[in-house]
Amino acid sequence: MINNIAIKGLLASTLTVLLFISNANAAGEAKHPERNTYSSAGVLGKFDIPSIQRGLQVYVEVCAACHSMDLVAFRALEEIGYNEDEVKAIAAEYEYEDLLDDDGELMFRSGIPADYFPSPFINDKQARSANGGALPPDFSTLVKAREHLSFLPWASTYGEDYVVALMTGYHEEVPSTAPEGFELASGLYYNDYYEGNAIAMAPPLFDDMVEYADGTPATMHQMGYDVANFMSWASDPTMQERKEMGLVVMLYMIVFVTLLYFTNKRIWRKIKKGEDIDPTKL
Amino acid sequence: MTTNNDVAEERRNFLYIATGAAGVIAAGAAVWPLINQMNPSKDVLALSSIEVNLTNIPEGQSAVFLWRGNPIFVRHRTASEIAEAQAADNADDLIDPEVDADRVQRPEWLVMSGVCTHLGCVPLDQQGDFGGWFCPCHGSHYDISGRIRKGPAPLNLPIVEYVFLDNTTIRIG
Amino acid sequence: MSSDKKYVPSSPTAKWVEDRLPLMGLIYSSLGSGFSAPRNLNYMWNFGVLAGFMLVVQIVTGIVLAMHYIPHIDFAFDSVQHIRRDVNYGWLLQAIHANGASMFFMVVYVHILRGFYFGSYKSPREILWFLGIIIYLIMMATGFMGYVLPWGQMSFWGAKVITNLFSAFDFIPFIGDGIVEWLWGGFAVGQPTLNRFYSLHYLLPFVLVGVVILHIWALHIPGSTNPLGIDADGPYDKIPFHPYYTAKDAFGLGVFVIFFSIFVFYMPDFLGHPDNYIKADPLVTPAHIVPEWYYLPFYAILRAIPDKLLGVVAMFSSILILFAMPWLDGARVRSMRFRPLSQFFFWIFVVNTLFLGYLGQLSPDDILGFGWTALTYAQISTFLYFAHFLLVMPLVSRMETTKPVPISIAAAVLDANKKG
Repeated sequence: MINNIAIKGLLASTLTVLLFISNANAAGEAKHPERNTYSSAGVLGKFDIPSIQRGLQVYVEVCAACHSMDLVAFRALEEIGYNEDEVKAIAAEYEYEDLLDDDGELMFRSGIPADYFPSPFINDKQARSANGGALPPDFSTLVKAREHLSFLPWASTYGEDYVVALMTGYHEEVPSTAPEGFELASGLYYNDYYEGNAIAMAPPLFDDMVEYADGTPATMHQMGYDVANFMSWASDPTMQERKEMGLVVMLYMIVFVTLLYFTNKRIWRKIKKGEDIDPTKL
Repeated sequence: MTTNNDVAEERRNFLYIATGAAGVIAAGAAVWPLINQMNPSKDVLALSSIEVNLTNIPEGQSAVFLWRGNPIFVRHRTASEIAEAQAADNADDLIDPEVDADRVQRPEWLVMSGVCTHLGCVPLDQQGDFGGWFCPCHGSHYDISGRIRKGPAPLNLPIVEYVFLDNTTIRIG
Repeated sequence: MSSDKKYVPSSPTAKWVEDRLPLMGLIYSSLGSGFSAPRNLNYMWNFGVLAGFMLVVQIVTGIVLAMHYIPHIDFAFDSVQHIRRDVNYGWLLQAIHANGASMFFMVVYVHILRGFYFGSYKSPREILWFLGIIIYLIMMATGFMGYVLPWGQMSFWGAKVITNLFSAFDFIPFIGDGIVEWLWGGFAVGQPTLNRFYSLHYLLPFVLVGVVILHIWALHIPGSTNPLGIDADGPYDKIPFHPYYTAKDAFGLGVFVIFFSIFVFYMPDFLGHPDNYIKADPLVTPAHIVPEWYYLPFYAILRAIPDKLLGVVAMFSSILILFAMPWLDGARVRSMRFRPLSQFFFWIFVVNTLFLGYLGQLSPDDILGFGWTALTYAQISTFLYFAHFLLVMPLVSRMETTKPVPISIAAAVLDANKKG
């Protein structure tokens, strides 16, 4: 369709103008999270199981005090390398009050793999009141909810990176202080990566806060990275299955489309050249 | 010249058949997820097996559990009940002959479906002519081994799949 | 159409059936060898079939998702997550359906622009064109209501903003005040709204099928246009649809499926909005409400006009104006291949509309080049958009000197072969 030189010129100049115009100065004050490397990234991405398991430990020992994860069931933990008995043991750590005894009273029972991670608060109101009015977001889809993708990779924000950045984005020495000239309301903390910079969550992670079973040094950054990997899995547990199937579909379709190309070419051979046309009858 | 044409035609036919076959496979693969999505999902399957604590069932009593939407009878049989069940192994009135030993893993524990094999009602415990179960809908009598002895039901109460995890716990399903 | 062959049943059984229900004959004469099409259609003509394919994909995956989805404000969000996590292949079906909407719009946009470029709206295809616009309008309604169903933040607030558009008509006596409450079934977007949107989202695709059948029927009266824009009535101008265009469409479809798969398998969330991973909360508005990408140019037009009513009118006009195109364009030559000036303005129009789309996802106060706000640019672009239809098209099409047009399609094919 684009065969006219004038039109090519026009398109090129218009695009240049648009690029100039669209070079808008972003208004956000929050810093852009740095990119980390993840084994789950890319076309052949696989879950980083040891890191996800460490992340689960951080979640259970630290984050779960305030953050729920309503949509993740214990049975799903089998996907991140736990066997049936381990899953049962993890589930049994929790208690649920949803069975009726013979008198119709609620009674406690211990969790089973089919149960979902329990919420630390009975409802949102209780959660807000316990956290100075702020609602700790649910972890089930949080990484996806913080992921802003654009056509330009460097302009994209990846959910995992955001989590790592947020975990480590407090000002280390005095976490409750803000740069000069920044009015920080009481009960809030200054974080470089949080939109608006004033966050209600106190710095959640400190070095050696947990003791990893596999001996990995529990630095603040390491814990943030592990919990980000864990949350990323929780948000998108079918990622690996999706990419594996995608590879098969892609390879198959490329073969199939090649066959279709040659079939089409073969069918059209005579018609394309106009060999069927008798020029005297036009 | 004819051979050249033949070769060309053969190659063309091969191309068309290969393309057609690839298309059929692709269509088949695309249909499978649409069918499989109707099978039980992971959350449903997670509840497809239950664990039963046997310590809560005293000797001589039964308990009923809901498993996959249907009742399961678990009976803690007494020594005399076991003897009675074994004695009836060769009874003439067995409609669906089966020996008691084939119906239990441990003689004191009878674990079976609680759905009458006639038309799906739930039989009553310790009733009927044989001291086992009695289905009130159409009068089927089951003995203490859950075998049909009298009435319209064609088969014994089915034994469900279960394993002893330890001496006091079984997993059904 | 003299070359069109009639269906001849190949077996006695087929003949017995055909005498009683001439279904095979209908298929033969509308999609098989009995239907003939111009021999020079290029790959731009694949997009109609691709749109039909996407409609089928959306209906099939939609019916399947409806088996698991729960249209209730407390469960809708969780049920979508349940589909993605627990239902067998649910993640695949959900990704196909969600990205399929984008793909559907993408191919339809190419299809519409192909019509623009090659003059497909011109006589004798006006009704074909009208039916196409109606299809597009129904698609927009269906897509909008479908986006509400996952009940995320963007679903909820998108529904709130778009339904509020209708409050611009509150000056109309008797119905004006109540129209938004009627749409909502309450005093805000809530359970009744979600439930009725679900019902209509299920219904409208089947209405769409009906209009598509009319669209294809109307197409079969004059037959397809072609890149040359001349009537295909010479003896060698047409070829049977099957096997030529079935093969060509199959190849195009294969390439398209690869493109589609890239999104489904590797970037399923790219075309969506992250806020829709947060459950709808009627008390918290997201910082930045944006519609799906396929509505962005119209959203930019809406916001470009500072008056509420006029903004809504401008937005609807920007689509309804397509109905007037057969008369706004007075050229006697259909294809822009032979209308260099029209071609030039066509590309201006395309770039301008893309730019409107870019502006649609910005905040109106964002500062762009020359220190002007996005709002200012949107106003310029909106002016250009309407000027294209109301000034450029009527004038250029009537005043332009066109290039010589070939006498027939077959002659053009021979000519091209001689050169090539």
